[in-house]
Amino acid sequence: MADSGSEDIAVIGNTDLTPSESENNLKNTMVEKGTNLLKRMEINVAEAEKRTGKNAVNMQETYTVYLVETRAVDATSEGTTPVPDSLWRRYSEFELLRNYLLVTYPFLVVPPLPEKRAEFVWHKLSADNMDPDFVERRRVGLENFLLRVALHPVLSNDKIFYSFLTEENGWKENAFETGFQAMADSRLKALNATFRVKNADKRFADMKHYGDELQSVISQLLRVRARAADRLYGVYKVHANYGRVFSEWSAIEKEMGDGLQSAGHHMDAYAASVDDILEEEEHYADQLKEYLFYADALRAVCRKHELTQYELEMAAQDLTSKKQQQEELATGTVRTFSLKGMTSKLFGQETPEQREAKLKMLETQIEEGEELVKERNTECEEFVKSAWVDIERFKEQKDHDLREALISYAIMQISMCKKGIQVWNNAKECFSKM
Amino acid sequence: MSDTILDDNASSLSIPTDIARHMLDLDEDDDLEVFSKETTEGSSFNASMPTSPGSMINQYKFEEEEEDIDTKDIFVLVDNPESHVTAIETYITYRVVTKTTRSEFDSSEFEVRRRYQDFLWLKTRLEEANPTLIVHPLPEKFVMKGMVERFNEDFLEKRRRALNRFLNRIADHPIFSSTEDFKIFLTADVGALTSHKKLGPGFLSRMGESVRGLAATVRGVRNRPEEFTAMQEYVEAFGQKISSVDKVTQRIVREQKEYLEDLKECAPTYTLWSNSEEELAEPLRGMASCLERCYQETEEQVKELNDNLNPTLHEYVLCTETLKTVLRRRDNIQAEFEAKTEALLAKHADRESIREDLNKMEDRLELANNALKSDWTRWKKVMRTDLRSAFMDTAEKNVNCYEKCLAVWESFLLSQRTDAEGTQVSDSS
Repeated sequence: MADSGSEDIAVIGNTDLTPSESENNLKNTMVEKGTNLLKRMEINVAEAEKRTGKNAVNMQETYTVYLVETRAVDATSEGTTPVPDSLWRRYSEFELLRNYLLVTYPFLVVPPLPEKRAEFVWHKLSADNMDPDFVERRRVGLENFLLRVALHPVLSNDKIFYSFLTEENGWKENAFETGFQAMADSRLKALNATFRVKNADKRFADMKHYGDELQSVISQLLRVRARAADRLYGVYKVHANYGRVFSEWSAIEKEMGDGLQSAGHHMDAYAASVDDILEEEEHYADQLKEYLFYADALRAVCRKHELTQYELEMAAQDLTSKKQQQEELATGTVRTFSLKGMTSKLFGQETPEQREAKLKMLETQIEEGEELVKERNTECEEFVKSAWVDIERFKEQKDHDLREALISYAIMQISMCKKGIQVWNNAKECFSKM
Repeated sequence: MSDTILDDNASSLSIPTDIARHMLDLDEDDDLEVFSKETTEGSSFNASMPTSPGSMINQYKFEEEEEDIDTKDIFVLVDNPESHVTAIETYITYRVVTKTTRSEFDSSEFEVRRRYQDFLWLKTRLEEANPTLIVHPLPEKFVMKGMVERFNEDFLEKRRRALNRFLNRIADHPIFSSTEDFKIFLTADVGALTSHKKLGPGFLSRMGESVRGLAATVRGVRNRPEEFTAMQEYVEAFGQKISSVDKVTQRIVREQKEYLEDLKECAPTYTLWSNSEEELAEPLRGMASCLERCYQETEEQVKELNDNLNPTLHEYVLCTETLKTVLRRRDNIQAEFEAKTEALLAKHADRESIREDLNKMEDRLELANNALKSDWTRWKKVMRTDLRSAFMDTAEKNVNCYEKCLAVWESFLLSQRTDAEGTQVSDSS
């Protein structure tokens, strides 16, 4: 099915580049690396709009829709920029797409969606989904999601994904027709497997553990960071009061007046500068959040492995037990305690005809069982193989992206320090004229 | 050493008996020997004195009045708080060190121990003797409830600095520094000080004065000269503004401290994360160490605010009260004079004796007004210097803090970029 392509795709995640810049970067690396969707098509989530409509229970609701634009790459290179094709999608449709991908490609680390509700907020950001800042950040996140999928060696070739991008009305039906909803594993089943599996591949167990740790540490980091950002905001903003008071004070002073007044202006500038700083901080937080959610996707792959392994083990165990039964029946010995054994002891042995029939049934079952074990074994092996390839790909992507995130954080800090130095040097200058 | 600098031929600063005449000489200290540069850098003090260079420089810094550095002939320092335990109470004394070349002092160096009460006595005495001169405020009497350890280090250091500033202001004041009370404060042993304290105007005479003062206050002053009204308006406004600045500064300190609390948790989280990673471990540890450094620098910055800007602003808040009191006293003197003038017009008045009193009061009023005017100018100059340098120091410290953090992040960035192979990175501005 999918061409797994070159695994070393250097996906540059959200740094301090604008979405269109980062998309360009993706495109550039794309052209070098693989045969992915983005080579043929530009993808944008260009706008967001509020809509109101009736929902499933016939009640009025307000929701946001996002404009997904696509444009064939070739057209642009010919010098003309045709109008892109576009359609509106709700967040829930993105969710549906992702669920489809999760079920259809359980061996892949599927890129995450931006959060449904604003979490880890600091006081300036509202936790309201209708808040324009939140909507904007979500727009960026959705675009990022589409780009990541489009860049993925396997996912980018998916027909339903293509349909999502290009067919306004038909895509849901197409998705449902694949019957993916029926294929989804129940949580209970997965949980059960996790506890009972005996010989899971150690690498996957380690990866799952890593996923747990990653999720825990990033959550902690996001929490701590949000609080610190809140405080920093307070510190800067209080300085605006200096501006106001210095200005009032300068009115009553003769020699000191000018110095005070101009120093006050710098204090105002200082207070105002925190808004930009914190916007960039928020950007950094978004990058971390993406990998917080990626951790979940990673763990999902590991859990699926456990499930397939468990089902293999179950099948094998079943087979063994059937073979044992066959042996017992054939030789007449009862090796293990069984109801059959008990009943035959209590109620007498079966007739030879009955035994014959049973043996025949067992033989069929054993045949089927062996088929099943073979099937499941192949399934398991293939899963392990493809999943591990994608996990390796994911690891490289993660290392690259997070390192870039740290670098851009450092750049942001540097810029903040430089601004601070400038403001306070100016203020000092003014104070010296007091 | 300072005592070798002044030779016998130099005319010394005589204790002015006529204060008014001295007021005019305020800026003409020509008769003082000019001291060598060494003195101003504090090397005149004994090496054995455990004074930090910082504290020495501190006490000179605000004396940046153009002429005065070279003519300063007395240096005082308050340091070394020690606690004393007696059966009745526990109290703190501070060491007061004096170095001087003034001839009215028997020696050139003195060292005594004084407690807060003694400083308070000195202040009160100076105020009583010079009702319209401006005495620098003392740190407040300790009234904070719920503070478990009354004498914790932080509090003592803050108080010591404030007492030091107070005493230095007195030493710099041309009139205050030449009073007998000041001299006794600096030089007398505990017994002598106690005896001297008892000699002051008694309780009853103080009562008498304040009763008269009260009467005058009730009557109110009728013809206050414009310039004093302007002063009063200024003091009102200044008081409000300086109080606001003080509050803003305190708020900043509070917010910074809370920020530091949260920042503190960041570095360990990155370290924790680095334990789960391979490739990322090194950059994550780098982040952790950057954040730790930034934390330390910010901590120092907050300390600077707390130790320097805050106390200075606070003192000027207290100054406002002093200024209001001084203006009130002047008003009272004028009110008394006006009352006496009216008394002259009463039918059965003893004109002769009233006229005599009136003359004295007129002189007194003129003296008070002149004293206030001149000290007002002086005060404004000192205030301007103090606040300017306090704000400049704060700005300087902030710049320093940012510069250090900048260096830390830049070196982190450099290490990451040299490690990264072929990854596309944007340029820092």
